[in-house]
Amino acid sequence: MASVDSIAVRDPAEPCHRAGPGFMALLRVELLLALRRRADIANPLLFFVTVLALLPLGVGPEPELLARMAPGMIWVMALLATLLSQESLFRSDFEDGSLEQLTLSPQPLYFAVLAKVTVHWLVTGLPLALLSPLLAMMLNLPAAGYPSLLLSLLLGTACLSLIGAVGAALTVSLRRAGLLLALIVMPLYVPVLIFGTGAVQAALDGYAYSVQLAVLAALLAAAAALAPLAAAGAIRISLDS
Amino acid sequence: MPVKANSPACLQVRDLSCERDGRRLFAGLSFELNSGGALQVEGANGTGKTTLLRTLIGSAGDAEGNIYWNGAALPAALPQLRESLLYIGHQAGIRRGLTPLENLVWYGAGEEDALRALEQVDLFGFEGSLCQHLSAGQNRRVALARLYLSNTPPLWILDEPLAALDVAGVSSLQGQMACHLSRGGCILFTSHQPVALAQLQRVNLSDYAVAADAFMEEGAYGLG
Amino acid sequence: MAWQWFHRLGSPRWFYQKTSGWLPWLAAASVLLLLVGTVWGLGFAPQDAKQGNSYRIIYIHVPAAFLALAGYYIMAFSGAIGLIWKMKLSYAVMRAAAPIGAVLTFIALFTGSLWGKPTWGTYWVWDARITSMLILLFLYVGVIALSRAFAREQVADKACALLALVGTVNIPIIYKSVDWWFTLHQPATIKLTESSSIDPSMFYPLLVMIIGFYCFYAWTLLVHTRNLILQREWRTQWAQQVLRGEPLGDAG
Repeated sequence: MASVDSIAVRDPAEPCHRAGPGFMALLRVELLLALRRRADIANPLLFFVTVLALLPLGVGPEPELLARMAPGMIWVMALLATLLSQESLFRSDFEDGSLEQLTLSPQPLYFAVLAKVTVHWLVTGLPLALLSPLLAMMLNLPAAGYPSLLLSLLLGTACLSLIGAVGAALTVSLRRAGLLLALIVMPLYVPVLIFGTGAVQAALDGYAYSVQLAVLAALLAAAAALAPLAAAGAIRISLDS
Repeated sequence: MPVKANSPACLQVRDLSCERDGRRLFAGLSFELNSGGALQVEGANGTGKTTLLRTLIGSAGDAEGNIYWNGAALPAALPQLRESLLYIGHQAGIRRGLTPLENLVWYGAGEEDALRALEQVDLFGFEGSLCQHLSAGQNRRVALARLYLSNTPPLWILDEPLAALDVAGVSSLQGQMACHLSRGGCILFTSHQPVALAQLQRVNLSDYAVAADAFMEEGAYGLG
Repeated sequence: MAWQWFHRLGSPRWFYQKTSGWLPWLAAASVLLLLVGTVWGLGFAPQDAKQGNSYRIIYIHVPAAFLALAGYYIMAFSGAIGLIWKMKLSYAVMRAAAPIGAVLTFIALFTGSLWGKPTWGTYWVWDARITSMLILLFLYVGVIALSRAFAREQVADKACALLALVGTVNIPIIYKSVDWWFTLHQPATIKLTESSSIDPSMFYPLLVMIIGFYCFYAWTLLVHTRNLILQREWRTQWAQQVLRGEPLGDAG
């Protein structure tokens, strides 16, 4: 379509058609990149499964004890797996300069962050949640807890991905950010953990757990609105270092 | 699409001073860059070349003075400036997990256009391999291929575009820059080596340096 | 007119000069109030019917807990001003507030656990308030750790301000959810502070202590901020004058 002769500089007075990539294009590229790093996808899942398999070795194999600990342990491990995988959320884009290019795009950085977080959830939070009933079974959790565990993890890990993105953006310019990221993000995870395990506990005790899920959904809505904004601000700060 | 004769692409800098870590890098810098003009920023390491570039595109904070894009003052005019900007920084902005072709398409190029641009930077045959498998110099050339696309934005800001290029690459890039200028674009770039362009202004940041041991007046503080 | 005042406040030199006169007053007020409050609270306030003398630790615990939380908001607020108006002075206030707030949080936790021993028979109980306080300490530690991680102070300032703001949005949610969690697991045990039912003879010394803690906080914050300003502005002429011990001219 374009021969060498037709190369032309766009007239600056013309309305701009360099709108930058839209949200779906951002999502597609992020997904493509994630699928090309399959090892990175498997690691959080393997971590999740391995540590939970260590639990009975640590506390003993009594079914009642394991069942009592299962919701909390599964939730804490999901939290750690999300956190560990999040250090690299912006890192390669920061190092190769494409994060800087994104900040120069006319598209708000909000959508770029949201696309990245969505893909992060698709490749870590979603598989973690889908895997959780299997682990719950191995840890002897009564079947009554399965639906609440799955649903609370689906909503909760999305929250965790969003909140963690702020920490990942703040620490992206630092060389060894892993522990620092955990330090600054963990306290912010507290409400998600409380309501996530609360939902499972309520289900086990035979109560309705829709309130806890509603709170998690509310937290997710708030995080989806605010966290990408904060992360976008943090990216601009980190790029100036 | 031909550019009108009185195209307003114009970057003006008035009495700019940049600061980093509480130290003035340079002060009193003024220049004007019009359609068809190029400006080479020179200066020893640490004189603030990259800081100047990043200030102009609105990515670095501590600066005083006025910058105008097409007559409108920054930072209000920053969105307009960024719409007409092609910036290649020290980090080239090439995603290592994508192929050169995908990278250029990501920057808004059509596929044929991208292939032709890659051919011009001597990357024919590499368009399908992942950038992480290419050498540093090849990655640099993928970034520079953005300059060979059709329909590039009018303002190019390039940080050391000639670094890591061989002789043929340098002359090809100079040709492309001249071509861009002849179409009414403007280019601001840093480089240590001389560049053969017809309408080239040069600014040496060492001439605007502030002595490091001079104590500052308070002027730089307060509201930014 | 109001903006000129605001603009001046942004000047570290102006701030440094103006506040030097406040320091002795604040120091005197905090020493006096803390002394009066301590003697009154420990020596003259009546015993508690249920807890005996052990309740008297509230004269330290409650003011420290108050200021620990208020200090986080002060830190986040100054950070926000810094981010919005690019005021370097407010970043200095924010950075100075972080360690002070963390120490106050630690004091509140420490006294809380001392109080726990006679009340519950153990030094640590996962009480709602104590747990919230612990998470507040983690929030402070996160800000301090982040501030130390950056090579450039300017970047550290902005990053900490942003983190403090994110924390501020989260604090009410964290407190509410910890409250909810606590009622779920341990319904109706003794709460540490029931200020609504406190007797006036116990409350007045507490009030004196709270005001004293506020004065002390303001004093420490000022001293720390002034030191930070000198550290950051040492390249300027006025800071050199101060460091050489010369009197400063009028800031104008």
